[in-house]
Amino acid sequence: MKATLDRHKMTRRDLLARSAAIGGAFVIGAGFVAGPTAAWALEVEYIKPDTMAALIQMARDIYPHDHVADQFYAAAVKGYDNADQAQMIEAGIAALNAAAAGKGYAGYLATGWERDRVDILRAQEDSPFFQTIRGGLVTGLYNQKAVWPLFGYEGESYSKGGYIDRGFNDIDWI
Amino acid sequence: MAASFDLNDDSVVVVIGTGAGGGVLSNELAQKGVKVVALEAGGRYLPDDYINDEWDSFGQLAWTDPRTTSGDWRVAKDFSGLPAWIVKAVGGTTIHWAGASLRFQPHEFKTKTTYGDVQGANLLDWPIDLAEMEPWYEKAETKLGVTRTGGRPGLPGSNNFKVFEAGAKALGYKEVHTGRMAINSEDYDDRISCQQTGFCFQGCKWGAKWSAAYTDVPRGEATGNLEVRDRCHVLKIEHDASGKVTGVVYADKDGNQQMQKARLVCVAGNSIESPRLLLNSASNMFPDGLANSSGQVGRNYMRHTTGSVYAVFDKPVRMWRGTTMAGIIQDEARFDPSRGFVGGYEFETLSLGLPFMAAFLDPGAWGREFTTALDSYENMAGMWIVGEDMPQETNRITLNHDVKDSHGLPVPDVHFDDHPNDIAMRNHAYSQGQAIYDAVGATRTFPTPPYPSTHNLGTNRMSANARDGVVNKWGQTHDIPNLFVSDGSQFTTGAAENPTLTIVALAIRQADHIAGEMSKGNL
Repeated sequence: MKATLDRHKMTRRDLLARSAAIGGAFVIGAGFVAGPTAAWALEVEYIKPDTMAALIQMARDIYPHDHVADQFYAAAVKGYDNADQAQMIEAGIAALNAAAAGKGYAGYLATGWERDRVDILRAQEDSPFFQTIRGGLVTGLYNQKAVWPLFGYEGESYSKGGYIDRGFNDIDWI
Repeated sequence: MAASFDLNDDSVVVVIGTGAGGGVLSNELAQKGVKVVALEAGGRYLPDDYINDEWDSFGQLAWTDPRTTSGDWRVAKDFSGLPAWIVKAVGGTTIHWAGASLRFQPHEFKTKTTYGDVQGANLLDWPIDLAEMEPWYEKAETKLGVTRTGGRPGLPGSNNFKVFEAGAKALGYKEVHTGRMAINSEDYDDRISCQQTGFCFQGCKWGAKWSAAYTDVPRGEATGNLEVRDRCHVLKIEHDASGKVTGVVYADKDGNQQMQKARLVCVAGNSIESPRLLLNSASNMFPDGLANSSGQVGRNYMRHTTGSVYAVFDKPVRMWRGTTMAGIIQDEARFDPSRGFVGGYEFETLSLGLPFMAAFLDPGAWGREFTTALDSYENMAGMWIVGEDMPQETNRITLNHDVKDSHGLPVPDVHFDDHPNDIAMRNHAYSQGQAIYDAVGATRTFPTPPYPSTHNLGTNRMSANARDGVVNKWGQTHDIPNLFVSDGSQFTTGAAENPTLTIVALAIRQADHIAGEMSKGNL
């Protein structure tokens, strides 16, 4: 974390300001990534906190759902924080940061418009890094039971007796 | 009380696989007093074990042994290691199937005659016809308790069906109903009626849907004539110097190799594993694999021309509530080459839960075009397209010697190229399917690409002449009199209909034939 801050000549206050500037997605602290209201926090051990923050943003940019809070994207990618995959993640995010720098931004996270971040991702979508992250999100994000109600999906129904008496034919608009 | 037979008992019939083909055949033989050892690669899972969760159930039931793919079909790109979505368990894919139980149309047994020469297609008439199959279809419908047959009422229509039906009627389609389903609309055969729970693909926890896992298999065992050995994967079929099969070598649940002797062997491992086993059983006498003098083993692989259409509306549908396949439109199943293709197709409603919708709606897609579709998941309706695809000699199962399974055997490579007729049919079906939903106010529709194959057919096809196929009209191989094929790999052509009812009808008929020939001393 310190090295990152030094490199960008940023203080924690600057970082907070930057986060706020792109929508208040993350507060980054020493060894953790957290939501702005401290509703959730993610400890990181092998991946740098700002790398994890960028990874979470990348996850949202791949599968953006405006009604799905950051904590679910964080949960979907936190599994990469391990000794085996940390280097792959650092290198992948570094490539995104480099692409952002080429567009005049301080990094991927500092790229303010989603369309610009998506352009960066689109240019790298055939890379193993991108495909690993995207493929992992298909289950990592959408197979979280806590996410299902946000889409209206009701999940398991056998224990409730199915829908025979609970609306299997309840629509009246057709 | 389930039987227990000795490995050296060479009076038994060995059946390989316990799904719609093998499970039914084993029971039907056992009911007739024939001693049967059924070898099943998967484990035993019953309704209490089934899981109302798409990925957890997939992990429990799916056949995920290594396989490879090639060809221009999109499945090879999207799911390169998973060409087929089928089950590895006692009862086979009858645990997973949606229950659609349709008889073939008369002309679908005679496609070479009806369709004529279609360039690139290896069409052939079946050596049987609908008239011959009708009594066996009736027995199969009675066994499965198929709705809208035998006086059994249809299932009630779900939300997904209501949308589908209204759209179909708006387009002028006439043959629209809640299907002929092997799902009880009222209590039948010791199974309760459907509770509209959804998760039909994950195994019916009520047992309202017919599956060999909890009907034919235990009933066969109860005769004392059937022993089912689960987690036993057959590696090779052995034969003697006269060319007759003598038994099978298999890896048991502890990984130890065993040899079960047999009077007769019936292969029912699905259209990928069945030809693979015949090819892996090559010997000095049969260097191209067993029963392969025609060179047709593994060829003519068919998977039905499939695809899905999902649509978003401005109001909720909640398609996941109720049976996964809740209705059918049959108007397009007819033979009508004026549409630009031979053969026909069915529309059948389909629903996926959110996890599978994310995986299958548009595999590989990302960004807002994709996610805004899922944002409207609650307002989504869905249907599946299932149509007759063209048999092609080059669509085939081969042994991939570069990749070995856990037993050290080459894995099957599944090669499939779409025939121009398949593409024309799929495009027609996408267009009609989208029109159905547009007609009732869809705000967005999605022509969704095929899933990994659930209907795997044709790789040991039935033919009148030994040079054209692998088995005769009884499923008996042309080359080896005591070697039979008992699954969908017998199909000469695929027809537009879901294949399970025909597989079951053929298995009942084959059991009758085998038992009769055995009692006459001919087998």
